Amino acid sequence: MNLTEKYDLGVVKWFTIMSSVYLVVGTLLGVYIASELAFPYLNDLGTDLPYFQFGRLRPLHTNAVIFAFGGSALMAAAFYIVQRTNQTKLWSNKMAWFTFWSWNTVIVLAVVTLPLGLTQAKEYAELEWPIDILITLSWASYLYNFIMTIHIRDRNKVPHVYVANWFFMGMMVMVTYLHVVNNLSIPVDWFKSYSIFSGVQDAMIQWWWGHNAVGFFLTAGFLGIMYYFVPKQAQRPIYSYRLSVIHFWALMFGYVWLGAHHLQYTALPDWAGSLGATISLAMIIPSWGGALNGILTLSGAWDRLREDYILRFLIMSLAFYAMATFEGPVMAAKNVNALSHYTDWTVGHVHAGALGWNIMVAAGALYHMIEKIYNVRMNQKLLATHFWVHTIGTVTYIVAMWVSGIMQGLMWRAYDEYGTLAYTFAESVSAMHPYYVMRAAGGVLVFTGAVIMLINIVSTIRKSGSVQTANA
Amino acid sequence: MSNHNGKESLQVKLEKNIFGMYLFMALSVSLAGIVQIVPLFTNPEAVKDEVTLADGSTQSLLWQRAEGQSLSDWKPGDGVRPNTPLEVAGRDIYQREGCFLCHSQMIRPFRDENERYGHFSLAVESKYDHPFQWGSKRTGPDLARLGGKYSDEWHILHLRHPQALVPESVMPKYRFLDDAMVDGDEIASHMSGLRKVGVPYTDADIASAADTVAGKTEMDAMVAYLQSLGNMIKFENGVTYRE
Repeated sequence: MNLTEKYDLGVVKWFTIMSSVYLVVGTLLGVYIASELAFPYLNDLGTDLPYFQFGRLRPLHTNAVIFAFGGSALMAAAFYIVQRTNQTKLWSNKMAWFTFWSWNTVIVLAVVTLPLGLTQAKEYAELEWPIDILITLSWASYLYNFIMTIHIRDRNKVPHVYVANWFFMGMMVMVTYLHVVNNLSIPVDWFKSYSIFSGVQDAMIQWWWGHNAVGFFLTAGFLGIMYYFVPKQAQRPIYSYRLSVIHFWALMFGYVWLGAHHLQYTALPDWAGSLGATISLAMIIPSWGGALNGILTLSGAWDRLREDYILRFLIMSLAFYAMATFEGPVMAAKNVNALSHYTDWTVGHVHAGALGWNIMVAAGALYHMIEKIYNVRMNQKLLATHFWVHTIGTVTYIVAMWVSGIMQGLMWRAYDEYGTLAYTFAESVSAMHPYYVMRAAGGVLVFTGAVIMLINIVSTIRKSGSVQTANA
Repeated sequence: MSNHNGKESLQVKLEKNIFGMYLFMALSVSLAGIVQIVPLFTNPEAVKDEVTLADGSTQSLLWQRAEGQSLSDWKPGDGVRPNTPLEVAGRDIYQREGCFLCHSQMIRPFRDENERYGHFSLAVESKYDHPFQWGSKRTGPDLARLGGKYSDEWHILHLRHPQALVPESVMPKYRFLDDAMVDGDEIASHMSGLRKVGVPYTDADIASAADTVAGKTEMDAMVAYLQSLGNMIKFENGVTYRE
């Protein structure tokens, strides 16, 4: 019996394909808004229309990358992994298709409403209340189906639930909390609402959401991907079971505290910011434990990195994960944060995670699933090209933001010999120009990589189709 | 896996019982939120709205509005007040255009920020801000104390064509604000929405809202909002505004 008969893979296929489509869209938007900062006339496009301006497209970029690309990758991977590791079909294939269609509807609505300026004005939670309700339903169906699929497994065959599933479940539980609480608001009409929270409480709740969108959506969920696909692609068991238990519970308990480090030295009470910073520092340990757990899984099989590009994506992603989870606590330390906050260093940090960790580990997973589901091999030349183009693009991007972000922070606080501020704000903006260009160039490479990936996936699927018909 | 004494560890039990694991996860991820967020609602110090003056008397940082006073009776320095209808319209535009993505409204207590922007921000100053607009990024400068720094004319020219006044600027042009009128009924309904979430508007404020904004453009609204930023409290020397 082949894989497609044994499991419900239709929904996995489509989430996989949509994920790579959305990566192209999301990175294209990223390139465009990055170019707007380098060349501001791109905001106008020769018109007086607001729809292509930075303030309207930036939320679309973040939503497209995090929720459209990232969300689809997470849903593809979760529905694949939960079936394979529990050796059962989905509890409800129909419900999985509901998740697919509702999630994609949310994305279409985002594409329409955000450029129109319909927004809650909370970062990464911009979508207005009717869409938020649809997200809640879609997410609940994802969570329920996932847990029930684990529940109906044959306990004699699979007594223990595999670690990748814990990470996915942790993400689903926490994101439900975050999404519901952060979006509590009073609607004034169909497209406008006001948060029930204000000022300092709203700030804390927003960053509790904001940091855990990173901590759970982009970390715990993607670690679920890592814990399944790294051992699979390496064809070895995970390096240490104990380490994964520690990694998991430390993440579940610890990550949630970090939001407050986004608000240090603000009007948030000092104890909260310090608490956030302290626990941020402690999070280096489980994060690096987890990264090593993944990388050391290759022990004794390092040679496979030489020819297996899918494995390279997965291992490189862990290197970036380790780097970003080191950088994060450093930036959370109060004296570093005083410099880095409000600068492009923060943007660079986010992209070290998003480009280096999320896109790379997802690319590895998507390629792996396509190969398994269609029983084919990806085009190796395109894989290799994607890997290098993406890696170089990512490094270009984050280097530009490191250098310029630190420069910005230093310029803002610099004094001349008379004890007055050395630079006007406008001077710091013009100093950013070359780095904004460099960042956009890095973005172009990442976008090119995304296009190569889509071409590879689509042509591989089409080739497999012709093979199957030929056999029939 | 089991312990040496042959009993199953809690971890192993949870791995076999997915609903038990769900429960443990749900609890462990809740803790931080409870510890960090709940005190901000229960402890009045989190949004301190009173200070002790040099002579030992206490002063409220909120506008002490007398019975029958309208929003236009407020004078700069009287204390934090709700936005006027025109400012509400401006703030809606500020959110619609995503201004908060490039401009913060939160000055930190550092010497350079004090000199560049003004007195550090207080929690009470965003008490009526649903949602908060502190921002997280300064692609452009902080706006927390922008009010009164430039003339209305400067703001209008700058919003229409930022590079005409600041050549280095990367800000988009907002000429289209000139062509759109503020809808009075909409603003009245937005104000009743804000009242539901806790902004102290009176019936008279809401009833007169449509008249107040009649004939105003979105540009007028935007400028009114920008001019309202940061001058509600009159800061005095020798007073501790934050511990």
